[in-house]
Amino acid sequence: MDIHEYQAKKILSGFGIEIPRGGIAYSPENAENKAREIGGSKWVVKAQVHSGARGKAGGIIICNSALEVAQAADKLLGKKLVTKQTGSQGKIVHRVYIEEATDIKKELYLGLVFDRSSECIMVVASTEGGMSVEEISKEKPESIIRSKIEVAVGMQKFQAREIAFGLGIDPKLISRTAEVIIGCYRAFSELDATMVEINPLIISKNDHILALDCKMSFDNNALFRRNQVSELRDKAQENSNEVYASDRGLNYVSLEGNIGNIINGAGLAMASMDMIKLAGGEPANFLDVGGGATPEKMVKAFKLISQDEKVKVILVNIFAGINRCDWVAEGIVQALKKIKINMPLVIRLAGTNVEKGNKILKESKINYIEASTLEDAADKAVNALKELEKN
Amino acid sequence: MSILIDKKTKILIQGFTGKFGSFHAEEMIKYGTNVVGGVTPGKGGQTHLGLPVFNTVKEAVEKTEATASILFVPPAFAADSAMEAADAGIKTCVAITDGIPSHDMIKIKRYMRRYSKLEKMTLIGPNCAGVISPGKALLGIMPGHIYKDGKVGIIGRSGTLGYEAAQQLKNLNIGVSTSVGIGGDPINGSSFKDIIEKFEQDKETEAVLMIGEIGGPQEVAAGKFVKENMKKPVIAYIAGLTAPKGRVMGHAGAIVSAYGESAVEKVELLKECGVMISKNPSVMGETVKLALNGKKN
Repeated sequence: MDIHEYQAKKILSGFGIEIPRGGIAYSPENAENKAREIGGSKWVVKAQVHSGARGKAGGIIICNSALEVAQAADKLLGKKLVTKQTGSQGKIVHRVYIEEATDIKKELYLGLVFDRSSECIMVVASTEGGMSVEEISKEKPESIIRSKIEVAVGMQKFQAREIAFGLGIDPKLISRTAEVIIGCYRAFSELDATMVEINPLIISKNDHILALDCKMSFDNNALFRRNQVSELRDKAQENSNEVYASDRGLNYVSLEGNIGNIINGAGLAMASMDMIKLAGGEPANFLDVGGGATPEKMVKAFKLISQDEKVKVILVNIFAGINRCDWVAEGIVQALKKIKINMPLVIRLAGTNVEKGNKILKESKINYIEASTLEDAADKAVNALKELEKN
Repeated sequence: MSILIDKKTKILIQGFTGKFGSFHAEEMIKYGTNVVGGVTPGKGGQTHLGLPVFNTVKEAVEKTEATASILFVPPAFAADSAMEAADAGIKTCVAITDGIPSHDMIKIKRYMRRYSKLEKMTLIGPNCAGVISPGKALLGIMPGHIYKDGKVGIIGRSGTLGYEAAQQLKNLNIGVSTSVGIGGDPINGSSFKDIIEKFEQDKETEAVLMIGEIGGPQEVAAGKFVKENMKKPVIAYIAGLTAPKGRVMGHAGAIVSAYGESAVEKVELLKECGVMISKNPSVMGETVKLALNGKKN
């Protein structure tokens, strides 16, 4: 789960990391007031969307008066921000963060992630703050410092000091920098994060170390024990079909193509999408209804796919194990009584009692195309699409 | 022979009396697995499905001499149960549970470092279909009848895609020595390499089918092991050709975040290691058949 920059800043400041003074605003008037509250003569208005690279997309505006702050907020609020990371559909700005501008002496990069090879928490730091970590590793790989932290004992002070010295920090700021790094580590480990990134972490002209921009992501599997994190979820930042799906226990990712698919199991779903692509089509989504493919889940899945306007053909691929094909077929028939599908529907059943399952589908008078193998199902779905396009 | 479990392996069910645990325990017993009892804290002394229930894994191991266990414990308590199994001397533990936090998985793995290589438990999963040695024993939730007894080892992350592979093999009259689901989580108990090593040692296994997917370094790490140490042919299919970068595709671990983690890159890297690639998921069986006949695709 991702959260907004201002939320991440609030969390990190609770772990002893200094942040510039700032506040959240929902309207231009609100923004102007916040600017006056914060004081000073220069502010930054930042669009709050779940994405990096906001600056280049026009989502960050520097202002020299409270009036300008109001104008900047007016410009950003309600706007669809399209960044490198959001895809062409962009994300809508519903809130802006007003922050005092800071005089920067030095920009650094600091990130923490899970390293899947060593199964440790990895700290990544660089003197080249402000660029994305991908850019840094491409253009200035020698500037990157990596440190693996053993989670059983946590981060040690010497490890944080080593990173700080590695960054060439002024000796009088070393212990403060080390505290910032350890603070990030504690936030990561105590809140079940999967990523903490401060970019840039800056040293100001008056020698303060501040998090100027930051990002945090959290382990969805751990949200059950992290109420203070769960409540930060902003569903407006997520694809509406994906929110619909996740609220109903379906694993769904919206994609660009037009063949909708309903599959049981994540691996089989990816494999079926691969087959669609190889057959010359493009999947409209990833959808795993869970290994069991229960009738309730099938109803929800058909509803979800049929409300996706991109979808022109639906492919259902269920491999039934202990849940037998006859039971799955009955679920499909029931679902199609509740939800009308007005497009070609290809169904492939496999596994336990496949003959019985196919018989139930045939006798139910639902309008569908039967497929036998993975390849057959993908070919038939792509052919059905071609037929549609001809007419 | 087979790896991890056979007909004699004495098996405990952790989370025995719950709905999910009971259902699958019955399926395992029906398959002929040597289930000797189960553990549900607080229900010790009772009998369930005709078998004894114990309060602790330690007590269950003392009384039954079980060496393997399977976890049907909710995510919040699963790490605790896995560590309890390791401490009680269980040798193979399969965690079926989906949704264990990554921090907890790391904790389990660190906890297990206290044991010597000989004493250490092999943890399989979590978020997996488990292990089956066809005709011998089932320590998982897969439908036993789709697996024919034979000489191909299967390792996969996904349950249903593994079933698909087993069925393709069965249709070609090819059997399986053992099938191991290592699960779809980013941090798991056993990696592809860990299991491939066991198949290389197993006399009965003649070829290994590895069913990988996008995300993480494990498929490529296994490829390097194959190149340097493996004599038996290894066939691989990697799912997720169409998966966009940076999105989680169902499995918590199925996310492309670095070089070498996309399906195309993994396939290239595995080819360089001499792994035979199944071009699409529909020809996994046929590709294994070619490999068994000493041919290349």
